[in-house]
Amino acid sequence: MQLIFEKSCSGRRGFSLPETDLPRSPALAKKYCRKKEAVLPEVSELDVVRHFTNLSRLNFSVDTNFYPLGSCTMKYNPKFTEYIAGLEGFSQLHPLLPQLSGGGILAQGSLEVLYNTERLLSEITGMAAFTTQPLAGAHGELTGVMLIAAYHKNNGSARKHVIIPDSSHGTNPASAAIAGFDVVVIPTDNEGFMDIQAFKAALNRETAAVMLTCPDTLGIFNPKIKEIADLAHSVGALMYYDGANLNAILGKCRPGDIGFDLVHLNLHKTFATPHGGGGPGAGPVGVNQKLVDFLPISRVVKRPDGTFALDYQKRKTIGYIAPFYGNFGVILKAYAYILALGKTGLIKSSESAVLSANYCLARLKKHYAVAFDKPCMHECVLSASRQMERGVHALDIAKYLIDQGFHPPTIYFPMIVKEAMMIEPTETESKETLDAFIAAMIKAAELSETDPEVLHMAPQATPVKRLNETKAAREPNLRWQP
Amino acid sequence: MNYIPHTETQTREMLKAIGVLSVDDLFKHIPASLRPKSFNIPEGKSEFELIEYFKSLSRKNAAGLTGFLGAGFYDHYIPQAVDALANRSEFYTAYTPYQPECSQGWLQAVYEYQSVICALTGLDVSNASLYDGGTALYEAAMMAVRLTGRKKVIVDSGVNLIYRTMLYTYTSNLSIEFVETPVAHGQSCREDIYKCLDEKTAAVIVQNPNFFGAVDDYSDICEKVHAKGALAIASVYPVSLGILKSPQEMGFDIATGEGQSMGIPLLFGGPYLGFIAVKKEHMRQMPGRIVGATVDSDSKRGFVLTLQAREQHIRRERATSNICSNEALCALRALIYTTLLGKRGFQELAELNYQKAEFAKSALEKIKGVKVMRSSPTFNEFTVCLPMNADQLVSKMINKGFACGFPLGRFYKGMDNYLLVAVTEKRTKEEILNFANSLEESLCS
Repeated sequence: MQLIFEKSCSGRRGFSLPETDLPRSPALAKKYCRKKEAVLPEVSELDVVRHFTNLSRLNFSVDTNFYPLGSCTMKYNPKFTEYIAGLEGFSQLHPLLPQLSGGGILAQGSLEVLYNTERLLSEITGMAAFTTQPLAGAHGELTGVMLIAAYHKNNGSARKHVIIPDSSHGTNPASAAIAGFDVVVIPTDNEGFMDIQAFKAALNRETAAVMLTCPDTLGIFNPKIKEIADLAHSVGALMYYDGANLNAILGKCRPGDIGFDLVHLNLHKTFATPHGGGGPGAGPVGVNQKLVDFLPISRVVKRPDGTFALDYQKRKTIGYIAPFYGNFGVILKAYAYILALGKTGLIKSSESAVLSANYCLARLKKHYAVAFDKPCMHECVLSASRQMERGVHALDIAKYLIDQGFHPPTIYFPMIVKEAMMIEPTETESKETLDAFIAAMIKAAELSETDPEVLHMAPQATPVKRLNETKAAREPNLRWQP
Repeated sequence: MNYIPHTETQTREMLKAIGVLSVDDLFKHIPASLRPKSFNIPEGKSEFELIEYFKSLSRKNAAGLTGFLGAGFYDHYIPQAVDALANRSEFYTAYTPYQPECSQGWLQAVYEYQSVICALTGLDVSNASLYDGGTALYEAAMMAVRLTGRKKVIVDSGVNLIYRTMLYTYTSNLSIEFVETPVAHGQSCREDIYKCLDEKTAAVIVQNPNFFGAVDDYSDICEKVHAKGALAIASVYPVSLGILKSPQEMGFDIATGEGQSMGIPLLFGGPYLGFIAVKKEHMRQMPGRIVGATVDSDSKRGFVLTLQAREQHIRRERATSNICSNEALCALRALIYTTLLGKRGFQELAELNYQKAEFAKSALEKIKGVKVMRSSPTFNEFTVCLPMNADQLVSKMINKGFACGFPLGRFYKGMDNYLLVAVTEKRTKEEILNFANSLEESLCS
């Protein structure tokens, strides 16, 4: 498809501004004004509407396709939450309003949303308090690692490194490193868990924290999790819970009860807010009593009279991690989603998510190697290692699935599994959909033996065929130029 | 209410295929000792009940004030087509375009968005978005530290205090030295910056227009910064770039900013849009996703995520940033917004903002005791000195239905009587005159 810039026609307009009846003031002095004009497209409103409508149709999305992208929890996003976020009382509220003298009373509705969401998330995870401010999961991790640093500094304890298993999300080591810690990577043992001997060897009084995902990125619940937490605490280290996989355990266990000191959640995963081509997300962070004093400011507090206010007077706070109170629109939708599902609905969501993942695993393990053969939680990791012997890779299977109308699973992650294919079906997909997907996966396994060329040539039904990624990286073309 | 489609029969069939008797069996490896101590969540509600509840909550917010409050976050009109298009669920419910063949719509949109950011800033390379203006500025500062191998950063105090505070929070464990230089008569003090600028300096950070609304030409500063081998970074207000000298024209190496003003609602602080643009030579130190054009196996043009060797999912602890999820939907809104306005419309929008603010200056200046600070030109926001505490005036004005501005005493010592007033294209002549009248009344009463 042509770029919107390539559809430009000099003099064409897509929007009109109101006529002004103001007396004209002298123009800004030339030295402050741009000489080279910004070349934006010149198109009509219909040009714009048609362009973006047609562009939208070149995507797979949850609303159009099954999207079992492992670790991303691409569940159905209810529509009523969009309506709520669009209510003018929310959408037009200036974030500085409650910070003005006398302004707090004007933002009571939004402050109540934040306060109630923090309470609900605390109960769901078993933590003492939450901040809704982190703007994405990785941003929550960074906030968490800064809280860890502040905690140890306050205790007068110099801690140098963070322990992370090699199966973790890449954001874990990246977040720890940019906050100033060294990263100690622990290998995975033959059972698929963090190697406990290597862990014990690495753990010492210089360990600031242990960052874990539970269930881990292999979709497996670690039965030694409590032992790991106890070991970490015995040397004064903190336990960090990466909440990317919370959709597996709602109402079944809580990070706080297991012994985690802090958690981040991905509201755009577990709590069904739209991910839209890469975001926005929201990554609230919950902490136990040890860390409450360090939370970023402002804090939303409830006064004895039932009204809500912002508190900035926190001596030990790490400071500002976001301009305001987080991605409010995302938090609002997640709050509405939690209220809609309620206790039973949340528990049922995890049960169905785990049921669906185990169903996929049970039906596919005859056809594909399984990374670690044990019951999974909300996602399962298969491997195309058997197919690879015939020259068919996870990538080929992924491209074949696209032709069959399915978004592929996450591939080549976790990195510790050769030819990994990570399937997260989520609770909102019907058995009919799962069966159709499973049939396509089985067909791909068959084709790898009978006609691998079909897989190598896929996809064929898409607007473009396989793209030359090497060329993209070697000869970067990152913008349109006049 | 839940969104689970499984019938009882299907659940039984699935359990049978798995080889277990009940759903509980799927959780039996979680030891009893680790089961929740409590899970005290209210039972679910119907959609109808919730809509009524949220309507009543939204009415507890006073979103209907006539807005002269900006301070970095502005009340601009959003054309209906932005919502109609950005809310299409084929965009809305997709995710990061890891599989390019079934994500060409998103990838092309991000490529176009990157092109718009480059056009506005004049710089060469942008990315798929960052969280907000503050985190974008932090990423820019860290880029400068990596590129120069130096650890001192000079920050002009005309940079939004929120962003400065964020910078200091993020780097509190990294032994980076920040030096703040003062603003006098609205503009950055050259002498103070040059005094601090040395061979240890990684970057100088300024904002245009600065927090007081003042517009500057930073060409002289950029030149001096480069002479010391440091990088010049500007945080900019995108709508102002319809008329203001671009970061590239002044010589900046990196431009960042808050994109909220481009078609994104105020929504109590987010989601917003951090943007960043850099000179080509700094491309490989960029944070976040970048989309590039390439060709497919039939030589047809297509788009992919590229230069991924910088990113966390490949480089882990050696990545340029930890960012994964970004603000793609907000970037899409900014793209649709700027495309609708187009080349002329965007210039006219900036011009209209400037004209309305100038008119508001003249209206406020007629009030006895009110002084408009005119030592520097401004764009759509300006500082006035009041004959009373600005905080108190703000309270009085709220009662009259106006969010009259930002009291500068909140962020700057000794400025208790100063008010920062923003005027966007949405404010009519009548509203501006009513605002001036109400302000005059409030000063008298």
